Amino acid sequence: MGMGLRALNALAGSELLDRVHARKRFERVVYRSTKSGFRSATAAGRTFKAAQQLTRPARQAPSKPRALFDVTPDEEQQMFQEAVRDYAAEKVRPAATDADAARATPPELLAQTSELGINTLGVPEELGGVVQEQAAVTSVLVGEALAHGDMGIAYAALAPGGAAAAIGHWGDERQQASYLPAFTGEHPPAAALCLLEPRPLFDPLKLETKARRDGEDWIIDGAKALVARAGECELFLVAADAQGIGPALFVLESGVAGLSVQDEPAMGLRAASTGRLLLEGARVPAGALVAEAQGDAYAECVQRARLAWCALAVGTAQAVLDYVIPYVKERRAFGEPIANRQAVAFAVADVAIETAGMRLATYRAAARADQGKSFAREAALARELCAKHGMRIGSEGVQLLGGHGYIKEHPVERWYRDLRAAGVMEGALLV
Amino acid sequence: MINLETPSKFKPLVSQAHQVATEVFRPISRKYDLAEHEYPKELDLLASLIDGMNEGSDTGGAGAAGVRRAANGDGSGENRNGSNLSTVLSIIELCWGDVGLLLSMPRQGLGNSAIASVASEEQLARYGGRWAAMAITEPEAGSDSAAIRTTAELDGEEYVLNGEKIYVTSGERADLVVVWATLDRSVGRAAIRSFIVERSNPGMKLERLEHKLGIRASDTAAFRLEDCRVPKEAMLGGERTDAKDTKEGFGGAMQTFDNTRPLVAAMAVGVARASLDETRARLAEAGVEVDYAKPALAQSAAAARFLEMEADYEAARLLTLQAAWMADNAQPNSVQASMAKAKAGRTCVEVALGCVELCGSVGYAENELLEKWSRDAKILDIFEGTQQIQLLIVARALLGKSSAELK
Repeated sequence: MGMGLRALNALAGSELLDRVHARKRFERVVYRSTKSGFRSATAAGRTFKAAQQLTRPARQAPSKPRALFDVTPDEEQQMFQEAVRDYAAEKVRPAATDADAARATPPELLAQTSELGINTLGVPEELGGVVQEQAAVTSVLVGEALAHGDMGIAYAALAPGGAAAAIGHWGDERQQASYLPAFTGEHPPAAALCLLEPRPLFDPLKLETKARRDGEDWIIDGAKALVARAGECELFLVAADAQGIGPALFVLESGVAGLSVQDEPAMGLRAASTGRLLLEGARVPAGALVAEAQGDAYAECVQRARLAWCALAVGTAQAVLDYVIPYVKERRAFGEPIANRQAVAFAVADVAIETAGMRLATYRAAARADQGKSFAREAALARELCAKHGMRIGSEGVQLLGGHGYIKEHPVERWYRDLRAAGVMEGALLV
Repeated sequence: MINLETPSKFKPLVSQAHQVATEVFRPISRKYDLAEHEYPKELDLLASLIDGMNEGSDTGGAGAAGVRRAANGDGSGENRNGSNLSTVLSIIELCWGDVGLLLSMPRQGLGNSAIASVASEEQLARYGGRWAAMAITEPEAGSDSAAIRTTAELDGEEYVLNGEKIYVTSGERADLVVVWATLDRSVGRAAIRSFIVERSNPGMKLERLEHKLGIRASDTAAFRLEDCRVPKEAMLGGERTDAKDTKEGFGGAMQTFDNTRPLVAAMAVGVARASLDETRARLAEAGVEVDYAKPALAQSAAAARFLEMEADYEAARLLTLQAAWMADNAQPNSVQASMAKAKAGRTCVEVALGCVELCGSVGYAENELLEKWSRDAKILDIFEGTQQIQLLIVARALLGKSSAELK
């Protein structure tokens, strides 16, 4: 903080700020960055108690392998897709600009999205989940539809479902009984699946967050980046390199000593109020280890999270396409709509082509996951596509609107910021 | 229920095609790349084999079998995997072997596609089972096929064709050539018809065979049509003498392309995969394993580049399968067919050239096939509609623009 203060002080003394009438703004920024420099305790969480005893963990069954090639979702999937699509158009998109500026998603939106049942897609039916079989494709369709409204709000709304799905997929009977009922209840907790760490070239299989044994307990140290609604979270699923095990997940309730959160605003996903989770000697009992989420299962967790981000990227890319089409048809230059120019029209065609490719690659990987087939390769390829083309589509959206695209009157600048996340985020969401 | 895997019922066909690619195409791949214009006689046996396969099943052929719309989805909404999808899948495999040789397959020409797609019953009976090439392009009319100058004049019971045709794939070897001509140059696209011309017609003179960058196993002919007389019945799809009859004119002829664009996209997908497979093996020899679990940027630059190329290949492949699947299910797929062709065409070139770069001199020299594939690849972003034409088709559809508005 010392260096930072010196730099701030130098700036504060500069006349430049007054010349560009920026002092007020600067002071606001200083206020915020100082605020984010301070740590706060994690939220005071509820007490998670097992309502029923399970003798063994409940798991969603894989769907039957399919014999035919098919691009059409089944009826149940279409139902979710349409409900979320309508909701995104009616409620999410209109709230997106303000949520981005406020760095918060309105609580009523969060309540409504959990009413839609989309946060329990990874919860087994016996434990109150809404779908019978594995639902990676459904989760992808839901993520895509919600992100068409807004990617930041989608992140905020879907993050608790990511944590719930992790417990659904890999939690033991005690963890499931303790934590999952809360997610299917009336006031589901904010929760987060924390993999990403604040460093360049982050590799989720090489974690710097370490868990060491201390008697029967684990002691965890490290930091997790860009956690959605970190300050509100009552439950964290934290990926750590566990002594003698390798990368694995741990369940931490927000009241655990040694946990704190720091505000961590980013260029995009602002509606998700991203923060950093700090773990300093956080002591948890042996039962906090999600024993099944190690080795191949942990790798699968990484892949499922990537697919969820692909889904959000596809939905946002489609939003760009749907926005630029009417714009370039209406906007006139040199006596005709700019859509009549190949340079413009071809850019629109490319956005459509790459979005379609991203979507199919994501669907393929998710469908393989649901059928219990390996999907590491397909998920990796979908992520490549969504990272590269998603970013380009974000950029193209702004470019096609020119100067108008650069100002906040249009949503394309937000999509530009949000779409960059598709290649950056790891963990956090799950299909 | 979304499932984008190869349907289990087509797996035998795919594996058969893969065997042909491995056992027949690959061993003679370089031979006919070097011996341009020499007839790949090994293909005769194979062609009979494929004819037999086509007779015996409804799963479509290994080549350009053509597609009749009536045969597609029954409108019941029941998901259907038919000959469009199976054809695309087998073409991918065969072109993994050699795209030039696939294009040289007897009786699997683009003209065969046109005949199979739009010929009348009498024409099917008369011309079916013979090898047909397609002659559209002229020295002054490429992508703009409405601007062709070859004329067809009715003279009694015959049409008299005059003009020049270039880039006729298998033009020397085929039995028939489907020639596009105009009944009246002043009318534009409505007046365009196609005619089935016997290769032995004395009015159709072979001018030359082209020397090409790639697909050298496939001969590319240039013809001069000089008072080339064909019977009235040779007008493809049944006779329509009124030059302004737009009903089945140019649109009808262009319909062939809605069906064949996914096939060319499939060729591009096959070539791209050949390059990727070979490069993956070469990189492994060099100690670089591509890891799907690790982020691309946490791997070597070569592995990251490979992943990037493989991802675009995956998108091209799925777009191609989707376009074919839509045709099987009687869904309008003109836009998806063009999307597939655009993505596959450009991806194929980028991947093949990228693989040469990754493999260095091993990729560039003629000891291996990587350099050949990167030469073959380029035509796939050109014929059956260039990259730019595909983008035009997609853009016009998305933006609701006519060809007069978006030129």
